Amino acid sequence: MRNSFITYIFRFIILVLVQVTILDNINFGGYINPYLYVYFILLLPFEVPGWILLISAFLMGLSIDMFENTMGINAAATVLMAFFRPTVLRSLSSGKDYEKGSKPSIGYNGFRWFFTYSLILIFIHHVALFYLEVFRFTHFFATLQRTLLSTIFTLILIIIVQYIFEKPER
Amino acid sequence: MRHFFAYIFRHYFFFLFLILELSAFSFILQNNFQRAAFLNSTGSFTGSIINSYNNIIEYLSLKKANTNLVKENEILRNIIAGKGGKTRNFVNNYVSDSSFRYIGAKVIKNSINRQKNYLMLNRGSKDGISVDMGVVSADGVVGTVIRVSDNYSLVMSVLNISNRINARIKKNGHTGTIEWDGKNYRKGVLIDIPTHIVLYRGDTVVTSGNSNIFPENIMIGTVDEYFSEKGHKFNTATVDFSVDYNNVYYVYVISNLMREEQLKLEEGVENEK
Repeated sequence: MRNSFITYIFRFIILVLVQVTILDNINFGGYINPYLYVYFILLLPFEVPGWILLISAFLMGLSIDMFENTMGINAAATVLMAFFRPTVLRSLSSGKDYEKGSKPSIGYNGFRWFFTYSLILIFIHHVALFYLEVFRFTHFFATLQRTLLSTIFTLILIIIVQYIFEKPER
Repeated sequence: MRHFFAYIFRHYFFFLFLILELSAFSFILQNNFQRAAFLNSTGSFTGSIINSYNNIIEYLSLKKANTNLVKENEILRNIIAGKGGKTRNFVNNYVSDSSFRYIGAKVIKNSINRQKNYLMLNRGSKDGISVDMGVVSADGVVGTVIRVSDNYSLVMSVLNISNRINARIKKNGHTGTIEWDGKNYRKGVLIDIPTHIVLYRGDTVVTSGNSNIFPENIMIGTVDEYFSEKGHKFNTATVDFSVDYNNVYYVYVISNLMREEQLKLEEGVENEK
């Protein structure tokens, strides 16, 4: 338990650093900005207590905000995403309980399950993030376009990272 | 009362969510309405991390940065030599107005793919930078300083949907406003053009100097398409930016030595109203 706690802290720091140094500096075509850091929330274990889920989401968002000078925006979006996580998990479980001690991943739950799970939560996060960033509805469709493009890009990135770093278990 | 606490406890997930969202929103509102608040507490820490990362990857852009600097030197030398030379693209970027001072700075963070883009510079209040100073590169206008810490400053890029720059059409002296619509990072929008004015592709748009942030006649871009619609009071035009915001490595922060005096004078007028 203690060991995995350190792993999560470590993952938290790495994701923040990768996000604010590498990903925020690559200008994919002038439209797309992937937000890999939400991977942290996606990957928390199934039985993580609600308060840890929400507070770690808040801290994650706030750390990104500090680097991007977008005070509160990433925090608000990430907390919203974390709030919906239990609901999404319940609706995707198809009645069965998730295995104790397992965590959401392609290895445990299969590609299709992980794809849907990530897509829904990333989309919630990106909608909140992009509309809060512009803070107005006059750019509605331009913002929607950005949201969709970045959602796809973040999803692809997260699936790639899954395949590289998560050992196929069982 | 006990029921109340039991209720809160049973639904603590929702209430914690609410509290965290509210505090995030209070940050957002604070940030939107009083720009100066945050960088001072967090800027030095995050700035130093961003700066050390920039030091690592700086060599990747050295070639481009050097080419730009040599080009700029060429123009400056030609101006000194009194020839003008290749100043076609650099409409009097170098103002011989003694009330402005230029402070050179390195861009350590830049983005172009958001709707609100910012740059971070490796110079701050220790180097004499303060809020509301203009930032230019050799090719033209880059943005406005919105926050400063001791060693770093944050610049609102021209590529920011909240940014507005007082502009002037070089050939006839009429003024307008440059905005960015959040779409293409190479194109801006010139609004508030009086309807009786006809613009053509290639007409030069420069700063107007009305705002005491930028000196006048700094290059912004050239007109791409001109839209005149019947019944509108003002026309609009799209403008090709002269600066490639994806390749900005070194910039100059412009300090207006007369700004205090100008502001004081304007303040007096406001009070008399």
